[in-house]
Amino acid sequence: MTTECPVCGAQLELIEGTVVGELIECPECGTELEVISLDPPTVKEAPQEEEDWGE
Amino acid sequence: MSKVKASIVGASGYTGGELLRLLLFHPNVELGQVTSESYTGKFIHKVHPNLRKSTLLKFVSANELEQCDILFLCLPHNSSQKRIDEFKKLAPRIIDLSADFRLKDPAEYEKWYGHKHACPNLITEFVYGIPELHRDEMKKANYISSAGCNATASILGLYPLYKNDLVQEDRTVIEVKAGSSEGGNKINEGSHHPERSGVVRSYMPTQHRHSAEIIQELSFGKKINVHFSATAIDIVRGLLATCHVFLKDNMQEKDIWKFYREAYGNEPFIRIVKESEGIYRYPEPKLLSGTNYCDIGFKKDEFSNRLVVISAIDNLMKGAAGQALQAFNLMYGFDERTGLEFPGLHPI
Repeated sequence: MTTECPVCGAQLELIEGTVVGELIECPECGTELEVISLDPPTVKEAPQEEEDWGE
Repeated sequence: MSKVKASIVGASGYTGGELLRLLLFHPNVELGQVTSESYTGKFIHKVHPNLRKSTLLKFVSANELEQCDILFLCLPHNSSQKRIDEFKKLAPRIIDLSADFRLKDPAEYEKWYGHKHACPNLITEFVYGIPELHRDEMKKANYISSAGCNATASILGLYPLYKNDLVQEDRTVIEVKAGSSEGGNKINEGSHHPERSGVVRSYMPTQHRHSAEIIQELSFGKKINVHFSATAIDIVRGLLATCHVFLKDNMQEKDIWKFYREAYGNEPFIRIVKESEGIYRYPEPKLLSGTNYCDIGFKKDEFSNRLVVISAIDNLMKGAAGQALQAFNLMYGFDERTGLEFPGLHPI
C-alpha cells in the first residue's frame, strides 16, 4: 500500500497492519502524518504544536 | 590493486592539513611527500597536532618533490598557475585547491582577480571541481580545480532551481555566514583573538570573488547575476549560505521538493534538511564539522514568490579537502565515498 506525502510528495509505504488514525512519519521531510483512509491509502498532515522561536 | 601515490604541495595550511587527515586513512592511497617551505624538516604533527601518532612524515621543500601519481596543490591563490608546468612534469594528474583554474574565461579571471592569468591556455584543461555537477567529466579528467567553499554551498543550494529555469535570473541574493578557518592560518590584525572573538563582521558585502564561480556554474547559457555578501561569524569551521531567489511561477513547496529530489535523490553527500518540528529543522553547519555533506533546506514565502534556500557545509571538507578527495575517488574509479564516511558529531 503506497501513498504520497502531502507535504513533500515522497512515496510512502503503509506497512501491513496500519490502521486509520495511526500517526506515521515521512522518511524524507520528517512530517508527522495521520492515516485517514486505507482504501484508498490516504494521509494528511497531523496537527502540530506551534513553537515560538525566540520571540 | 596497487595504491595511488599522492603528494601534497603546500600542506601546512588548514586545507592541506585536512587533506592529510583524509589521505592518511584512505585505503587506496600511499602518501608520498608533503611540502612546506616554512616547516621543511619538521614533523607534520608539529603543525597539525591532530595527526600525532598517525604518521612520522616530515615536510619537505617543494624543490625536493619527486614523481608521483597525483599532486594535490594547496597553495595560496596565484601560486599554482605560475608553477603549473613544473607540477605537470611531476605527476600525470593534479587537483588544485586554489582559485587559479576555476574560472573558464580568462577575461572573467582578470576582472575578479585583478591581474592577467599566467597560463590562460591551460584553464580549460581543468574540470570545475563540484562532483555533483561534473561527475562524468571528472571520471575522465587529469586535472581538476576544486571549487571555492562559499561557491560550493551556494551553487549546490541553487543548482536544481537554475538548471530547471525556475528563478528570475538577476534577483538572487546570497548571504554567507562563515567561520574563521576560511581565512586560512596566516595571522592578521583582524584575526587577533580580542578582535575576532564574538564578531559578526561584514567583510565582503559586494564583489566577493566566489560570485564569479557561482555565475559560471549556474548560467546554463543565460545571462544571470547573483548578489553575494559574506559575513564572518564566531565559529571556526563551517558556513551557512542563505539564498533568496524569486520564482518565475508561484510554485508550491511540494513542487520544489520534486526538483531537489530529482537532482539530489541519489547523491551520497547531499541531504535535504527541511523538517517541520525539532531543533534542527534546517541545515546547521556545526553538525557537519569534519564531514563531506552539504545539507540543503528551503522555505517558500507564502505571501510572495520568494524562496529561501539554506545550505550548509564544513568549509574545509565539502568546501575544500573533502570535495577534492571525492573528485580524486571519481578520477581513479574508487567508490566516491571512500575515506569520507565520517557522519559528524552530536552533540558538538
